[in-house]
Amino acid sequence: MSVIEAGLQAGLDSGRIDQPRRHRGVLVAALGLWRTRIGLLLVAVLVGIAVLGPLFAPYGGTEFVGPPFNADAPGTVFGTDKLGQDVWSRFLLGGRTILLLAVVSTLIGLAVGAAIGLVAAYNRGRLDNVLMRTMDVVFAFPNLLLALVAVTTLGRRSWVIVLIVAFTAVPRVARITRGAALGVVERDFVGAAEALGESRTHILGREILPNVAGPLLVEANLRLTYSIALIGALGFLGFGVGLNQPDWAQMINENRPALSTAPWGTLLPIFAIALLTVGVGLVADGLGRAVAGVDRGRPA
Amino acid sequence: MGIAKFIVKRVLLGVLTLVVVSIVVFALTQALGDPVEAILGREAQPASVAAMREQLGLNRPVITQYTDWLTGLVSGDPGVSFTNGVPVLEVLGDRIWNSLFLMLLSALVSIPIAIAVGTYAAARRDKAFDSTSSATSLVLASMPEFVTGLLLIVLLATNVWQVFPAVVRIRPGEAPWVDLGALVLPVLTLTLGVVPYVSRVMRASMIEVLESDYIEMARLKGLPERTVVWRHALPNAIGPTLQVIAINIAYLAGGVIVVENIFNYPGIGLALRDAVTDVNVPVVQFIAMLIAGIYVVVNLLADVGTILVTPRLRTRLR
Repeated sequence: MSVIEAGLQAGLDSGRIDQPRRHRGVLVAALGLWRTRIGLLLVAVLVGIAVLGPLFAPYGGTEFVGPPFNADAPGTVFGTDKLGQDVWSRFLLGGRTILLLAVVSTLIGLAVGAAIGLVAAYNRGRLDNVLMRTMDVVFAFPNLLLALVAVTTLGRRSWVIVLIVAFTAVPRVARITRGAALGVVERDFVGAAEALGESRTHILGREILPNVAGPLLVEANLRLTYSIALIGALGFLGFGVGLNQPDWAQMINENRPALSTAPWGTLLPIFAIALLTVGVGLVADGLGRAVAGVDRGRPA
Repeated sequence: MGIAKFIVKRVLLGVLTLVVVSIVVFALTQALGDPVEAILGREAQPASVAAMREQLGLNRPVITQYTDWLTGLVSGDPGVSFTNGVPVLEVLGDRIWNSLFLMLLSALVSIPIAIAVGTYAAARRDKAFDSTSSATSLVLASMPEFVTGLLLIVLLATNVWQVFPAVVRIRPGEAPWVDLGALVLPVLTLTLGVVPYVSRVMRASMIEVLESDYIEMARLKGLPERTVVWRHALPNAIGPTLQVIAINIAYLAGGVIVVENIFNYPGIGLALRDAVTDVNVPVVQFIAMLIAGIYVVVNLLADVGTILVTPRLRTRLR
């Protein structure tokens, strides 16, 4: 559980965050905080590099440009890597994969986790118990360990990595959603929808879901930092997607032996992943404070 | 009586959890994934595939494979390595103890630091130390361990200053504490992963205690603030933090995987990476169960401990 999550959970337990209806208010309040602004700036820069970087890469990702691990290879800005490829080009090309995989797996984990949390909160009783106990079991496993177990024989294919990272996000999302939804299912408008004979999907999706959007938004950002960290760790350990594909985490793994002589091949991707995760984390913290603050009826 | 029943229930839940974990581990490696395909590749000769299936005992029904593996695991015989036929326990040898030592040392260093940081920040709420430590926590909490570890190497071992070694060199049969200087960076990396979480909760718990009546009483008696905070408030503030401390000790069990690989520390994390690379399924399965086991036991101890030190919860048990 993260710092922010712990705070959020404390808020949920004490009943302070039950129903952030004013989404606009949450976003405005979050934007009023410096941490959110710095976070957004970092995210914008790093996502910009990842998405637009490939357009500016002077060389191809696997193009040979000079002797390996040469920090001052002519015609390069940051020298060459293990295989004599241009570090700067590979850095510009290497953000897309990790970002795409992280976003997709976070979205899947969020959707499944939110669905489980909503169903558990709405049905209560036995189903709630079974679902949440199952989530506890999944909790009993370090994420990276699960991912490593999965790639052993299933292979390091993108879908394996995406599904396993999504899977690790599910229990935490389910727990947060259930906690936030418990206060909502008791409210009159849910009873009214039931009396009108609305379908269960309508009640869960249209009545309850919008009222837990605040905590879910915070959680989405937190899960995104964890997904980036997990996919990065896999790449760092040498289990990234695709051999010799330009990828930040894999670059760290390949170029680390030359850290003291040709440092940029390791430093650029380290800084990129560090700033990206910190940026997303700052946004999550800003949103978390706003969600907690708005409901206490004072601007955060 | 209520407590005994709670402990029994909690232990049973732990055992159940481990059974489910074993099913997940087995399914991912041996049922959903195909070890032979992973080892030989997809274009292997059918004859060699059949021979290897036979040799590794993968021709038996899946249920038999699972029950055989589980009985072996429980009776202390987790099978033999795929790569050289040596028993798994022999392959790992001292590495299990090396990893446990790294975890224990990191816990012993990080938990007191986290408690001290949280307490100090609470005692000087909204002052410079409080805001600096909370900003630092926020940044550190978002960074993956491999990033923190490598930044420490850049800063303290190679590019900026060369204070500590970047690699741990422990020869087989050597105890990990022969060269404590080499352990500074691995322990520091794990510490930086633990302190943000524990200190944040400690701070919140401490603030709550400092606002209570008996602390007011102690202050009115004229006790110096230092005595009030460290002697009177601290013992009461630690209880609620226990759970988070346990979660973080359990986190260390997973954290060593990356940290051992950053610093080349000869433990189960390093062994796990090699085993995954070589598709050495029995070793992967055993290490996964070992780490999950540590995870479950630490959480169990924390739950029981929390109940024991919190009278409010103790009386609620029926």
